[in-house]
Amino acid sequence: MSDLLKNIIRFLIFILVQVFVLDNIPPLHQFIVPIIYFLFILWLPFSISRFWLMIIGFLTGLSLDYFTMTPGLHAAACVLIAYARPFVINILTPKDTSEFNYREPSPKSMGWTPYLVYTLILTFLHNIYLVFLEWLQFGSFLDFLIKVIATTGISMMLIILTEILFPRRLRYRTNTPG
Amino acid sequence: MRNIFLFIRRYFNLLTFLLLQFVALYFLFNYNRFHRASFLGIANEITGNINSRYDKLDDYFHQGEENRRVHRMNDSLLNLLEQNYLVPDTGMQVRVDTLRGDTIEQYRRYLWREAKVINNAVNRQRNYLQLNRGAKHGIRDNMAVLNSDGSVVGVVVNVSSNFSQVMSLLHVQSKVNASLKKTKEFGSVEWDAVDPRYLLLKGIPKNEEIVKGDTVLTSVYSYNFPPDHIIGTVNSVTIDKATGLYLIKVATNANFYNLQQVFVVENLHRSEQVLLDEETRKKIDEVKPVNR
Repeated sequence: MSDLLKNIIRFLIFILVQVFVLDNIPPLHQFIVPIIYFLFILWLPFSISRFWLMIIGFLTGLSLDYFTMTPGLHAAACVLIAYARPFVINILTPKDTSEFNYREPSPKSMGWTPYLVYTLILTFLHNIYLVFLEWLQFGSFLDFLIKVIATTGISMMLIILTEILFPRRLRYRTNTPG
Repeated sequence: MRNIFLFIRRYFNLLTFLLLQFVALYFLFNYNRFHRASFLGIANEITGNINSRYDKLDDYFHQGEENRRVHRMNDSLLNLLEQNYLVPDTGMQVRVDTLRGDTIEQYRRYLWREAKVINNAVNRQRNYLQLNRGAKHGIRDNMAVLNSDGSVVGVVVNVSSNFSQVMSLLHVQSKVNASLKKTKEFGSVEWDAVDPRYLLLKGIPKNEEIVKGDTVLTSVYSYNFPPDHIIGTVNSVTIDKATGLYLIKVATNANFYNLQQVFVVENLHRSEQVLLDEETRKKIDEVKPVNR
């Protein structure tokens, strides 16, 4: 399967799961909101340029926004993590490219610890910005802090579960296209 | 000139980032003014389509309860029928004015339309519902939405040709005129984004005793909602120290977790009422400087 087709299918699955499964879970608590759709952006191949990463992030966020009737909210958060992603990857991956042969970020390609740090940083960034934008319009500062921590915790748990339940079969990066 | 191009090239990613952020935030903060833009209408059609497909499947899980609710509603309506009542005074007869059919439209204030909830959320600060009826079926902004048992659900805020979006009572910007059934005092029902089962009733003065279980109805002063439809029942009463008014926690009557069939109610006099209200304000504002 080509990268393009694979990512289109992933995109649809992530958006549909977020809208029809996670958003329909009866809330356990006002602070706990399960969000995982942005994992799509974290899983995009290393080779995508930053410009396209941001465009894809914007479109991903906006498609979710149209379901939740908040145009711009998730889009802004997604553009932020798409912009920050290459920085984080540069810090966490070995500079020596011979060790670094996989196509996309995963526990297998980066190692569990760097991968978890990578997802944690971006999840935190995403949630802090998302909750901040919501909080600008309503709520108290303590609510904001607790909500950021709670949503990040839940998102991290979901990401780890996803990685364990659906291990991706990754191909090595080769010189031949396709 | 060359320097500008060099600058753009050097900071291309940063500029793209700022541009996209700007667009996203513009969408977000201009949403209320912006939501009639056509592409949101198209997006509404697309999400509406996907939602209605999902909803068809979802229906099978709620049919039993929905049937019972509709049955109870029918029961309460059947009890209102004329033939259930006898005239106690034998000397008096009830006559039905045959002209009523011709003139009824003139006096009609509320028009009810049925609709189906195809998407619903309760876990955000701003929750919206999506209905499978839109501008094509006569739905307009500011129409009231009531559950199949007549309890209040929300207000229509955006309409595309086949679907409409409803601001649920569970929305931090939602504000509904409400009154207590017992004392007829009125206040407003809001939501504090804490628990989707409870709303807040504010602005009731401390004149009379309010107990748990008292009914909260829509007020007769509301432009959107037909009067005397149940919003919920009083759950607990506290006193707001800042204002000295009651702060009442209201348990919603509609179960927002499984809304299925709803009614969209149009107040046929709404535009006239709103116009009169606006003109009054304008008139008074114009007069003011003279009085000073």
